[in-house]
Amino acid sequence: MSQKQWPLWEVFIRGQHGLAHKHVGSLHAPDAEMAINNARDVYTRRNEGLSIWVVKAEDIVASSPTDKGPLFEPANSKVYRHPTFFPMPEEVKHM
Amino acid sequence: MDQALFQYLLRMGDSTLILSHRLAEWTGRGPAIEEELAVANVALDLLGQARMWLTLAGQVEGESRDEDQLAYLRDAHDYRNYLIVERPNGHYGDTMARQLLFDVWHFFVLRALTESADSRVADVAAKSLKEVAYHARRSADVVVRLGDGTQESHQRMQQAMDDIWPYAGELFVDDAVTLRLAEAGIVPEMAGLLPDWRAHVRDVLNEATLTMPDMDLANRPAHRGGIEGRHTEALGYILAEMQFLQRAYPGAQW
Repeated sequence: MSQKQWPLWEVFIRGQHGLAHKHVGSLHAPDAEMAINNARDVYTRRNEGLSIWVVKAEDIVASSPTDKGPLFEPANSKVYRHPTFFPMPEEVKHM
Repeated sequence: MDQALFQYLLRMGDSTLILSHRLAEWTGRGPAIEEELAVANVALDLLGQARMWLTLAGQVEGESRDEDQLAYLRDAHDYRNYLIVERPNGHYGDTMARQLLFDVWHFFVLRALTESADSRVADVAAKSLKEVAYHARRSADVVVRLGDGTQESHQRMQQAMDDIWPYAGELFVDDAVTLRLAEAGIVPEMAGLLPDWRAHVRDVLNEATLTMPDMDLANRPAHRGGIEGRHTEALGYILAEMQFLQRAYPGAQW
């Protein structure tokens, strides 16, 4: 049987008001509307979500693994850039 | 005992139970894992609804039969489901054609039942309605994509719709049961649901570039009888599989 695959979609779900959408996984669907339906069925069965985003996987531009050095290593030696020296009050969440 | 109400509750309970069983047959065989999960979700929704209807039926009957006894210990001629839900799954387009016609009817009947004069009936309907609104949306989405897809998918979807169409008529049949209950404001007259159903199905089929079969084709007595216990041979096979464990090991529990 010849198999023509539906395009791949990446799924982002926002769990609570005030939080950002979070990548939860991917799925196949013929178009955007069906991707939302499928995301609902695959990823929100246990009441996980308030909002769903789907985006075609091919539309995501990713950094190349071979660029790891130039992109990320310079930050390693600059410890003063990390805000880890500030005490955070207990009440502040999701920082 | 209110015999008419008992009969009507069996219609709702048995129809949701048998359709749930049919849809569950897709598990492990779906055309794509996303579709398989979606169909299984719908099956589980319908099973939950069947439990509520059958539990209520048992209470109304007053012979202390619970949901399990009603589901597992009645033979085909005591089942009151509409014939459409026992039709074989066929290919995925067949299943979705059956699902669309049932879902749209299910939505409108439940919406009317939320206004039932019997608060127990209204409660079950209200709990089911949101689930069914999604079922109807999803089956319509799939029918549109198969109908308005490739030349082959269009042709097979049209055939699927033509094949299941004759069984839609029974959904709108009024008999002594529904007329008695409608008079008491407990259920709507089924014939009254037809205009909304027809308009909605027509919109979906238009979008799917499919031809809506003639309503007269759905009016033949040969495609009716489920709600009075006259079933096609398909139901016997469903019950044989579904009831095997309770028949072979009476009273067995998880």
